[in-house]
Amino acid sequence: MTATTIIKQLTVAKTGNEAMADAMRQVNPDVVAAYPITPATEIAQIFSSFVADGMVTTDMVTVESEHSAMSATIGAAAAGARAMTATASQGLMLMAEMLPIAAALRLPIVMPEVNRAISGPINIHCDHSDTMFCRDAGWLQIFSENAQEAYDNVLQAVKIAEDPRVHLPALVTTDGFIISHGMETIKILPDDEAKSFVGEYKPNYSLLNHEKPITVGSIDLQNYYFEHRIPMIEAMKTAKDIIKQVGREYGEKYGRFYDLIEQYKIDDAEVALICLGSTAGTAKDVVDALRTKGQKVGLIKIRVFRPFPVEDLAAALRNLRAAAVFDRSDSLSGYGGPVFTEVCSALFNSENKPKIVNYIYGLGGRDIDIHTIEAVYDRLNKLKDAQDTGEIVSYLGVRK
Amino acid sequence: MATLKELAAQEEKFVGGHTSCAGCGYPNIFRLSLAAIKDPVVVVGATGCCEVNTSIFPYTSWKVPFLHSAFENSAATCSGVEAAYQSLVKSGKAKDENFRFVAFGGDGGTYDIGLQSLSGAMERGHDLLYICYDNGAYMNTGIQRSGATPRYANTTTAPVGKVKPGKLQKKKDLAKIMVGHNVPYVAQTIAGNWKDLTNKVEKAMSIRGPKFIVVLATCPLGWATKTQDTVKLTQMAVDSCFWPLYEVENGKYKLSYDPKDKKIPLAEWLKLQGRFKHLFKPGNENLLAEIQAEVDQDWADLKALCDFHSQKV
Repeated sequence: MTATTIIKQLTVAKTGNEAMADAMRQVNPDVVAAYPITPATEIAQIFSSFVADGMVTTDMVTVESEHSAMSATIGAAAAGARAMTATASQGLMLMAEMLPIAAALRLPIVMPEVNRAISGPINIHCDHSDTMFCRDAGWLQIFSENAQEAYDNVLQAVKIAEDPRVHLPALVTTDGFIISHGMETIKILPDDEAKSFVGEYKPNYSLLNHEKPITVGSIDLQNYYFEHRIPMIEAMKTAKDIIKQVGREYGEKYGRFYDLIEQYKIDDAEVALICLGSTAGTAKDVVDALRTKGQKVGLIKIRVFRPFPVEDLAAALRNLRAAAVFDRSDSLSGYGGPVFTEVCSALFNSENKPKIVNYIYGLGGRDIDIHTIEAVYDRLNKLKDAQDTGEIVSYLGVRK
Repeated sequence: MATLKELAAQEEKFVGGHTSCAGCGYPNIFRLSLAAIKDPVVVVGATGCCEVNTSIFPYTSWKVPFLHSAFENSAATCSGVEAAYQSLVKSGKAKDENFRFVAFGGDGGTYDIGLQSLSGAMERGHDLLYICYDNGAYMNTGIQRSGATPRYANTTTAPVGKVKPGKLQKKKDLAKIMVGHNVPYVAQTIAGNWKDLTNKVEKAMSIRGPKFIVVLATCPLGWATKTQDTVKLTQMAVDSCFWPLYEVENGKYKLSYDPKDKKIPLAEWLKLQGRFKHLFKPGNENLLAEIQAEVDQDWADLKALCDFHSQKV
């Protein structure tokens, strides 16, 4: 693809929340049901102004809780509507009961979600404990590095979730305040282009058909439940290919390519850092700086945490000698964070695998800076030739 | 209002084959309510006896579109279905077929865990009818007390013991709570009076906006009553004035039925129910007297309200 074929886009200054709200405006969902929560409040708030100004045809349901937000979104989607909501942290936790139900009913709901630490203690700033808590809910989970990705990911998520081979709900996350409230220069598609990329939603079934009435949400006992879980499991696997296809198509049309993982200067790298979200942007600067000093360092960004990119990670890590997995949440399992354990699990059956250590960082919005990341690369450079791995799980930037 | 003949001539929208117990009140309620609704309708149910008995995969008793998502949220879920319909019609993606929307829950799913979801849906003004079938306890999980359990009823979580005479608290007045939402129509009825029930459903469906009907329903297992007594027991609840039939249209209370000189002592109704049998043991006369006084006071208050609202200005 040459640059001349890339469709012209508008350059605008937007925060992550504004970017996601604008993507929602272009998607023009039939129903949005939402409830305010810091730092995601603005998404629904900005969207409400689009409704008030007649810029969308959406029916906005201003519910009395996130549980009802997800319930109403499920009702709307079961009625054949394209339905969305947005939330963060405690809101996601209150929705938790409804998340696996949305997935099991195979409703392609898309939800922007702003990563924020879960209580307690109560905290409003970024970490990934909210999203990780819901990692086994049957939702696709797409993490964004910046506002541009947040915008691009929302449009792609709608197309991915609604693909008949997937039909699963999708979360698109940004990092609370870091992305949600940070102003950036981003490119957005012309409205008609965004609409045509996403396409029209054609549900397979709808409650709004009285000639062919359907019962949705039956009780499913020992005879059927297991069989009904299998297609969902299969759809989650199939989603990997669809995410790749959609990411490629998006890149070909608009110049920004997406995959399950992003490999940054990894081809000849000996050591790498593995992370999700906004930290990838900071780490890329560190990689660039260390590369000028001749160090063979790289970065792997996990863009899609669900489905988990087992094969892609195993392949990307094959030639590395040491890697550090950055987790912005701790599993409270006594053995590090969820990204770490899943990366290790992905590598367990590989012939070639690097030494792997885990760093828990940034809980409750604790800042992560370039010097701290440099220090981790320093350790990896030593670790690659060391006999002993040393401390497997460490905590970064925490006072003793 | 529809006659019995007209109702019977309707194509059944809620059919047999479900696994509810003999004498259970809710099958009456849904069969009759749906017969009273002429337009296409979507039903959204809360988890509970009705939902689990009528939709055991691969079977269904619902010949209308039916959705269940969870326990505490049938009102919120239904509000999403209704919003979708309005939106899809407005944008030309769905035909305007005058679809109507009914959400239901038992007393646990309505008085207690679903109260917030119900309150939100009523306040937002969705065009839906919420029907609560109230059998006065969490019957599906095995007769645990709810906010709808009458005072001194025996339940498994407020059992009658050596020092406690069953549930100590008074039943919540849910219809009154719904009236406080300023919705256009609230009514109280019973599973055993087809005419009162269908009239109220029909009237509710003639009104746009949020409507609420609470229906007293028997549970032979939880009440420890005879399965053939559904009609009798719910009618006696009315005749004792424990459960008056009334409606509230735009805030104005109106009695649907006054037993007058046919008013029976509460004890006559309680005596038929095993859940109250301890009240008839020597030494518990004061408890009986206490709840009789409570019912009399509530009835007098309701009558006064209805009289006040019926005065011509």
